[in-house]
Amino acid sequence: MTTIRMTVLMTVLCGLVYPLAITGAARLLFPRQASGSLIVRGGRVVGSELIGQSFDNPRYFWPRPSATPSFPYNASASSGSNLGPTNPARHDAIANRRKALLAADPGNTAPIPADLLMASGSGLDPHISPEAAAWQVNRVARARALDPHTVEDLVRRHTEPRQLGILGEPVVNVLVLNRALDGL
Amino acid sequence: MSFNDVLQAGLYLLVLLALVKPLGAYMAQVYTGRWQIAPERWIYRLAGLSNPAPMSWVAYAGAFLASNAAGFVLLYGMLRLQHLLGWNPQGMGPVAPHTAFNIAASFVTNTNWQNYGGEMALSYFTQMMGLTVQNFLSAASGMAVLVALARGLLSRKSQEIGNYWVDFVRSVVYILLPLSILLALALVSQGVVQNMDHYVQVTDSKQVLPMGPAASQVAIKQLGTNGGGFFNANSAHPFENPTPLANFLECLSILLIPAALCYTFGRLVNDKRQGWALLAAMLLVFVPLLAITIQAEQGNLEGKEARFGTATSAIWAVVTTAASNGCVNSMHDSYTAIGGLGPMFLMQLGEVVFGGVGSGLNGMIVFAIIAVFLAGLMVGRTPEYLGKKIEAFEMKMASIAILAPPLCVLLGTAVAAVTPMGTSGLTNRGAHGFSEILYAFTSMANNNGSAFAGYGADNPLVNFTGGIAMLMGRYWVALPVLAIAGSLAAKKTVPAGPGTLATHTPLFVILLAGAVLIVGALAFIPALALGPIVEALQ
Repeated sequence: MTTIRMTVLMTVLCGLVYPLAITGAARLLFPRQASGSLIVRGGRVVGSELIGQSFDNPRYFWPRPSATPSFPYNASASSGSNLGPTNPARHDAIANRRKALLAADPGNTAPIPADLLMASGSGLDPHISPEAAAWQVNRVARARALDPHTVEDLVRRHTEPRQLGILGEPVVNVLVLNRALDGL
Repeated sequence: MSFNDVLQAGLYLLVLLALVKPLGAYMAQVYTGRWQIAPERWIYRLAGLSNPAPMSWVAYAGAFLASNAAGFVLLYGMLRLQHLLGWNPQGMGPVAPHTAFNIAASFVTNTNWQNYGGEMALSYFTQMMGLTVQNFLSAASGMAVLVALARGLLSRKSQEIGNYWVDFVRSVVYILLPLSILLALALVSQGVVQNMDHYVQVTDSKQVLPMGPAASQVAIKQLGTNGGGFFNANSAHPFENPTPLANFLECLSILLIPAALCYTFGRLVNDKRQGWALLAAMLLVFVPLLAITIQAEQGNLEGKEARFGTATSAIWAVVTTAASNGCVNSMHDSYTAIGGLGPMFLMQLGEVVFGGVGSGLNGMIVFAIIAVFLAGLMVGRTPEYLGKKIEAFEMKMASIAILAPPLCVLLGTAVAAVTPMGTSGLTNRGAHGFSEILYAFTSMANNNGSAFAGYGADNPLVNFTGGIAMLMGRYWVALPVLAIAGSLAAKKTVPAGPGTLATHTPLFVILLAGAVLIVGALAFIPALALGPIVEALQ
């Protein structure tokens, strides 16, 4: 009897009171973050700052490769490729991505940064490294008939340093950068 | 390894160790019952426990099992009936019976192995009232068992080791809930979602953004060494772990309570040096494996997020497998052979290097008993630990606790590796395919929950054998530990003499770490040779 009562009490406390109280407090303190850091334009949700989107047009910066099922950046089925280090499928995938990147920018002889060749863990990675953005600057500038320095400058303004100067890696948010490109 | 990699790992260890004493001292106060706030009294009154009395180890174990069984039944029921229970904006259907059995076993045993994708299969009702609740309760049960063991070591000629319900309720009310509230709000500030909304359709796109009360669950998932993700990609998902700062706080929370409990244990047995010695032995195994894994993953970004890079991901992989947490911020299946070996070996050591909240330190104390026994054999003296004579009964129980998980790992791996259903879910073939299976059963039987996630384990064979492995891995350790607690409580305390082996010295720390490594290596090197070691040589 004690067991059943205790289980019910704890379910109410930890499963109802606690998460609902946090939901309420989150709404009050951090309304934007609590509801998904959405980017809203003219009343329409165009994405989330935290969830990457697929871009394969040379006019835009391309994000990390995504291995989500059905289509890339499928946000309702987050997933990595889970391909092991010796799996031939992994080497094939990397070779194909290299080919596609070079086909869109034939003259580019700089080494391709690893994050443009290897799929992210969530399949929804919103970021690329500043090196990966720099690798794409000339292609984007050419496709848009812009001065590469203008694009380079835009990338620099969208580069986020390591948090607190130590944690994680410097990154560029691809969706935010591409929206800024369209606004130039 | 770059300077920043070393800096990040160093900062992590520094902040963790700085928090051990304050939190450990606070938890010691909680368990010695120095004070009581009104809600605790209300809970006892509503549960019909007007005057919670101390229990024998058998009664304590009975209450422990009963509370876990009730949680199991409740969670299984919710999973099967979630389509009728509401808070289901996406209209998720009932979970298949074998999957539900595995999930219920997984969350009740503090394993939190994920054979489901949260955003694809579970309603908000199930996530909150089912999973979040068991995240708290499985952690609280593990902490209660540790406190009982500490009391067993301290008592003299006593039949009692405390009241299970009191230890359980105090763990939730004074430790897990307050820390979870702080962490959940900090995580929301960084972008972890927390709402009850419908999923959001992105305009002019196929993309649908999942929502839900994630932050409240992610907080206890880390603090309670649980690890089951709200979303499929777990802590690699930007809505669970959006920034490096969120990552740091989550990663810190994984080891926070297991590390601080070492100090709590020292306080509870009235000899703080004993707690520090156990913590030192853990660090002695942890730090080298951390360095090896960070080094092995340099340049490998497959399955890793750009905001974390290789070092932050590798630190997490080692932390989550040292603790029996098992949440991931990168996909371990895509690690290099050596990079994946480190996390796998940490679990195979029996989840005693930090390990689960409570359960990890229990395992380490069992190893301390083995270590004093080994030392006793060398010099021909009856072994003692903290003034208690270690005799045949304690050694039998310690042996069961140490041998049960490897037995489940190896048997489960063998069964899955030779049956068509067991190998049907493999993403990778050859040595790495074997590693996927070995990792799965290592993770389940040691109550970790991380995966080489390419292994599609949601089939009746793996769900069932894995579910059994999780239950055995939990209770065949916890029950022998409670038996040891009861047996030691009944003994008198022998004053330390000139021939007593001191268990707080560097010599003993090395002996203890050695015992852990030797037992783990003897049990698993043959299996590891077929998986990651072959792969590293390819």
